[in-house]
Amino acid sequence: MVDAFFAVFQRPNFLTFVIIFLWGFYVMITRYNLVKKLIGMYLVQTSVIFFLVSISAKKGATVPVLLSTTDPVQAASYANPLPHVLTLTAIVVGVATLGVGLALCAAIYRKYGSLDEQEILEKTE
Amino acid sequence: MIVSYEIPLLLLVLVTAGGAILVKDLMSSVLLLGSYSFFLSLAWAWLGAVDVAFVEAVVGAGLATVLFLLTLFGTNPKDTRLRRPPLSLATLIIFPLLGFLLLYAASDLPVYLDPNSPASVHISPTYLEQSYQDTHTPNVVTSVLMDYRSLDTMVETVVIFAAGIACALLLRRDAS
Repeated sequence: MVDAFFAVFQRPNFLTFVIIFLWGFYVMITRYNLVKKLIGMYLVQTSVIFFLVSISAKKGATVPVLLSTTDPVQAASYANPLPHVLTLTAIVVGVATLGVGLALCAAIYRKYGSLDEQEILEKTE
Repeated sequence: MIVSYEIPLLLLVLVTAGGAILVKDLMSSVLLLGSYSFFLSLAWAWLGAVDVAFVEAVVGAGLATVLFLLTLFGTNPKDTRLRRPPLSLATLIIFPLLGFLLLYAASDLPVYLDPNSPASVHISPTYLEQSYQDTHTPNVVTSVLMDYRSLDTMVETVVIFAAGIACALLLRRDAS
C-alpha cells in the first residue's frame, strides 16, 4: 500500500492525468449546461494527450530534431517522436469534434432558446 | 528524481483546469480553459514535444477558445447561470473508486522520464536512427508525419472536411 503511494508520486504526470480526466468526466456527466459539458469533454481529450506525450519524454533528452545529420544518431538523446506524431492528429481531430459539438449547441439554442438540459427536456415533452 | 520546473507547471495546469470547472460564469470559464491550453503547451514544450506544443498553442488555445467564445456570443449571455443537480450516490461511489483503481495501477507504469520505458525502446530508436537516410529531414516528427504516415495525415483532412460540412449544415439559417 505504501509502495503504491510512492509509486504515484514518482509519476506526477500520471497523477495530473488522473485528476483532470476524472474531473472532466465528472463534469461531463453531472452538469446541466451543455457548454459546461463540452468544457469537460475538452479537458478529458487534452488530459489523455498530455499523458501520451509525457510518456515520450526521456531524462536528459532533447527535442526530436537531429542536431547533426552526418554523425550516427544516439536514440537516447532525443525524445521519442512517435507519440508526438500520433497526438498531433488527435489534437486536431479533438478540436474538430469540439467545433461540431459547439455548432450543435448553437442549433439547439436557436430551436429551444436555452442551453440548460432540464429546460430543453421540459420543452420537448 | 523530479526536475524543478515540472511541478509548478503541472500545478498551474491543474489550477487552471479546476478554475475552468469551478467558476460559475461561462465566459470566465472559457477564458480559463484557454489559459489551461496554453500552460499545457508550455508543459509539452518542456517535455521536448515542440511540434505538439505549437499545435496546441495554435489550435487548442487559439481556435478552440475562439469557437467557445463564438458560441457564447451567439447564445444569450444572460444564460450563464449554472444549475447543478444534487450529488447522487452513484457518482460519489463510482468516481473515487475509479480514481483509486487508476492510481493503484500506477506502479505498473514506467517511471516518469525513464529512458528505458517500453515505449522508447521498441521501435522508436529505429525511426530516430534511420529517418534521415530515408527522408533527408532533420525533424523526425515531420518525417514520420509527412512521409512514413503520409496517407494517415492525408485522410485526416477528410475528418476535418466532414466536421466542417457538419458545422455548415447545422448552422444554416434556413434550417428548420
